[in-house]
Amino acid sequence: MTEISKIIIGYLILQGAFLSIVAAVGLIRLPDPYTRNHAASKSATLGTISVLLGVFLFFWIIDGQINSRVLLGIIFVFMTAPVAGHLIGRAAYNTGVPLWERSIQDDLKKAREREKSRG
Amino acid sequence: MAFQILLNFFLAFTWMFMTAEYNGLTFLIGYFFGLVILYILRRFFDRRFYIFNVLAAIKLLLIFIRELILSNIAVLKVILSPKLMNRPGIFALETELTKDWEITILSNLITLTPGTLVLEVSPDNKILYIHAMDIKDAEEAKQSIRNTFEKAIQEVSR
Repeated sequence: MTEISKIIIGYLILQGAFLSIVAAVGLIRLPDPYTRNHAASKSATLGTISVLLGVFLFFWIIDGQINSRVLLGIIFVFMTAPVAGHLIGRAAYNTGVPLWERSIQDDLKKAREREKSRG
Repeated sequence: MAFQILLNFFLAFTWMFMTAEYNGLTFLIGYFFGLVILYILRRFFDRRFYIFNVLAAIKLLLIFIRELILSNIAVLKVILSPKLMNRPGIFALETELTKDWEITILSNLITLTPGTLVLEVSPDNKILYIHAMDIKDAEEAKQSIRNTFEKAIQEVSR
């Protein structure tokens, strides 16, 4: 029982570390703030949650101590990371950061122009 | 829904006072009997029996977790592919949801969906502007947002 749970815990923590590395690589490789935002807000979220879940299970099964603060941390990360991604993307768009030149569609620009022409 | 839960708690406490035993087990038994009574009396409430709302909320949570994992796999594929072949773009999505908290949950869900990220909500709360990692999938994403997410959220608030 403990051996199996040790394997699961190890897997969870390694997966979290791997996802965080992928998010970091994405931040370097991707071309514009919006696509980088995708990498940062998704991979980093699941990475953090996996590491925290591994820590929670470790202290629960190996030490027999339930740490509710870790669970609260998981919930907070889960709820706030998408909002942070949204706000960063929105701020970038409203300050006029251009999209990648290979982007092919921009409905928001059309809507903004319509608003302007209306007054 | 909150009224029904409160009534159920009240019935559970009444059960505890009637049996004169004050512990968690008696509370649970009283809660169960209160649930049965509320089910029998469900036609006197103006909303439906609240267990269905609870089940819908749990379903929504499971959808959240599934989408989080799927979107991570999708982002992983784009980042680790040798050449960046994706074509990003912004598309508009009309939503039928009206209340503020429904739109908040919908945009959180969309942000966790594979390859989409909410950039802006129009001032009249009717259109969401979404940045897609790959605009080819946008139509598909639109359909899946309409069919699964909006329906699941409407189910919770019904």
